[in-house]
Amino acid sequence: MKHPFLESDLYYNFKRTPIAVLSFFVFLIIVIMAIFADIIAPHTPFEPLTLNLLNGFTPPMQANEFTGTIFLMGTDDQGRDLFSTILFGLRISLFVGLMAVFLAMVIGVTLGLIAGFVGGVVDTVIMRFADIQITFPSILVAMLIYGVAKGLLPPDLRYEMSITVLIISIGLSEWVPFARTVRGSTLVEKEKEYVISARMLGLSYPQIMVRHILPNILSPVLVIATITFALAIITEATLSFLGVGVPTTKPSLGTLIRIGQDFLFSGEWWILLFPALTLLLLALSINLFGDWLRDMLNPKLK
Amino acid sequence: MFKKLVIPAVMISFTVASASAETVRWARAGDAITMDPHAQNEGPTHALNHQIYDSLLQRDMSGAIIPSLATDWSALPDNPKIWRFNLRKGVKFHNGASFDSEDVVFSLNRARADGSEMKELLSSIKEVRAVDSHVIDIETNGANPLLINNLTNMFMMDKDWSEDNDVTTPHDVAKGETNFATMNTNGTGAFMLVSRSVDEKTVLKANPNYWGKDNYPNQVTEIIYTPIQSSATRVAALLSGEVDIIQDVPVQDLGRVSSTDGLQLATAAQNRVIFLGLNTVEGPTSELKVRQAMNIAINRDSIKKVVMRGQSDPTGVIMPPFVNGWTKELNKYPAYDLDKAKALMAEAGYSSGFDIVLNCPNDRYINDEAICQAAVGMMAQIGINVTLDAKPKAQHFPIAKGGDADFYMLGWGVPTFDSHYIFNYLVHTQTEDRGSWNPTGYSNADVDAMIVSLESETDLSARNDTIAKIWANVQDAQMYLPIHNQVLNWGMKSNIDFDVQPEDQPHFQFLKFN
Repeated sequence: MKHPFLESDLYYNFKRTPIAVLSFFVFLIIVIMAIFADIIAPHTPFEPLTLNLLNGFTPPMQANEFTGTIFLMGTDDQGRDLFSTILFGLRISLFVGLMAVFLAMVIGVTLGLIAGFVGGVVDTVIMRFADIQITFPSILVAMLIYGVAKGLLPPDLRYEMSITVLIISIGLSEWVPFARTVRGSTLVEKEKEYVISARMLGLSYPQIMVRHILPNILSPVLVIATITFALAIITEATLSFLGVGVPTTKPSLGTLIRIGQDFLFSGEWWILLFPALTLLLLALSINLFGDWLRDMLNPKLK
Repeated sequence: MFKKLVIPAVMISFTVASASAETVRWARAGDAITMDPHAQNEGPTHALNHQIYDSLLQRDMSGAIIPSLATDWSALPDNPKIWRFNLRKGVKFHNGASFDSEDVVFSLNRARADGSEMKELLSSIKEVRAVDSHVIDIETNGANPLLINNLTNMFMMDKDWSEDNDVTTPHDVAKGETNFATMNTNGTGAFMLVSRSVDEKTVLKANPNYWGKDNYPNQVTEIIYTPIQSSATRVAALLSGEVDIIQDVPVQDLGRVSSTDGLQLATAAQNRVIFLGLNTVEGPTSELKVRQAMNIAINRDSIKKVVMRGQSDPTGVIMPPFVNGWTKELNKYPAYDLDKAKALMAEAGYSSGFDIVLNCPNDRYINDEAICQAAVGMMAQIGINVTLDAKPKAQHFPIAKGGDADFYMLGWGVPTFDSHYIFNYLVHTQTEDRGSWNPTGYSNADVDAMIVSLESETDLSARNDTIAKIWANVQDAQMYLPIHNQVLNWGMKSNIDFDVQPEDQPHFQFLKFN
């Protein structure tokens, strides 16, 4: 007896779309490498005790002139092994991206459901607010929230909280697409018989929204979540590239790219190239997979 | 036919115009913090204000003292406590007002007022008096033979303009205050402020009524000053010809700039020392042994080799070699010794280390943030878990100065070329008018008395003995961990003839085109 998923249209189409398979496995490999960074990475770059400044600027696969150590992808300006730093940086990027999407999804779906189901003034207020926010680029909104939050936090908490603040600011800047889509689908669903009969039965609004409408509108949410995940990772990289994200002692991909950018003219190309390629691969694989998923689950969105 | 003639004529008139109007586009990592000439005692702030304001006397591009608004000066032969200055006649402020002794008295008193960061330089002054319209006397508490060294960054403002605009006292930057003079200027200098957008762009144009028209080359007619924090962008701007001169070529790009056609690199030792300061009153760093351990846990050689790419001069004292009081013995830095450092930590009762935050600027000194990052790794070797907090200087300085930081980076240039300047700002107990940059809590009444006595000691060899004694105390107390003296690298177009000034202050009236 085969698992029903293996007989579904989704799986059938997946097998026949090389791009989907490829992007899925690239993403899977990246995630596994990030999760098992402790085992895979030859060095522990976030542990300052293990760093030797003299290893700085070692080119890939060449022995360092002072210490003789060889590094797969070379080292950055502080003597951190780039390969290990990328793996640990990936963890931060993926974690921030995932949590931010989750936050955006919770906010967006909740507000979209309420706006679509309740309607009237509530709908107008929520959706006009969403319209206003979407006129600003999300990176700008994220920077604004990030700046305000950092200013409000007491100085001794700023570093411990920097990742949390990053998640909140990216999450709050990406909720609008969720809300819009969910509202639209809710408007359609709420006219259907099963909703009307649920109302007749006297179920409460929250019950109808969460138990009856939500399961029926999840597939477009899933598509948006995938695409927003890639966006959130890039937003995190951009914020860190601009120097407002995670601290330089625990670099994410964006921080590494910012560090590497300083050494472009002087010929230390590897500090920039490898983190940038990793970010490209990650964002591209999620986007391609998300595109395929969108085509499959909701052809109307095309 | 007529059209054909017009085009070359227009082209000719354009070339003539550009030959007579020489714009210099100038960039460096950070902007001036304020245009108020007495509110901040900081290099980039003075560098920009030097174009607009004049002091009584100035340092030329080699560092020698030459006349500026004062034509000559001397201590009165019968009373060495009084210095007499003859002021230049016929000097006009940018708004047309005449410069006279009233303005000097006003400006020097303003620089001694609350909120001024220049007051330590004037702490030996008892009174400033106008003798007549173009002669002033400065009376000091005791005879101070080195008073004039303290006046090179002491800018002269117009008394009436300051009163009209309610800027008779400087604003306190650390408290977040601003005033009219933060963004507006009225000096006597070679250039006038046209427009200013903080951290973006400041435009200056040549002052048509400049008193020094015949004294200096004065070939520059316009300055466009753009702070560019990112080092790669700054170098790219120079390489692409977008800017003409950058004051801080990143050490990794020196080869690139010097080998590019049409660009040249000018290098000189800078009169500036970089160090880390420690809280000596509270926390683990109040233990002398901890501070000693941290000092020998810093591997100055590898910072020079890797972070600075050889472009620095490691030191064991917070004093550049330009300064009176400097000796080879003081400059010798302690050997990097991890075992000894760990032993000292254990003796102090911190064998398992402690947590501390390192406050660091990221747009002020050469590779400031990278040096701090390296220090994080070095401190980890002796168990100290350092959190790095790197910020732009405008946010870093109030923290470093205000005493909120337990561990912070600072750089110190010495415009007077004398140890007293370092002592008065960095070693003297923090009081109303002294020790404003000594947030370490270090306080020694004997040392304070010796510092004050330097201001009235006329016997130079006795004075130098006192300086040596104070340095011995500073070295023993170890509230500062010296790193290195900076090396300056100015990158500019090949057609510019401009000497690197040891204080890192370009004075554009000296710039020549060839």
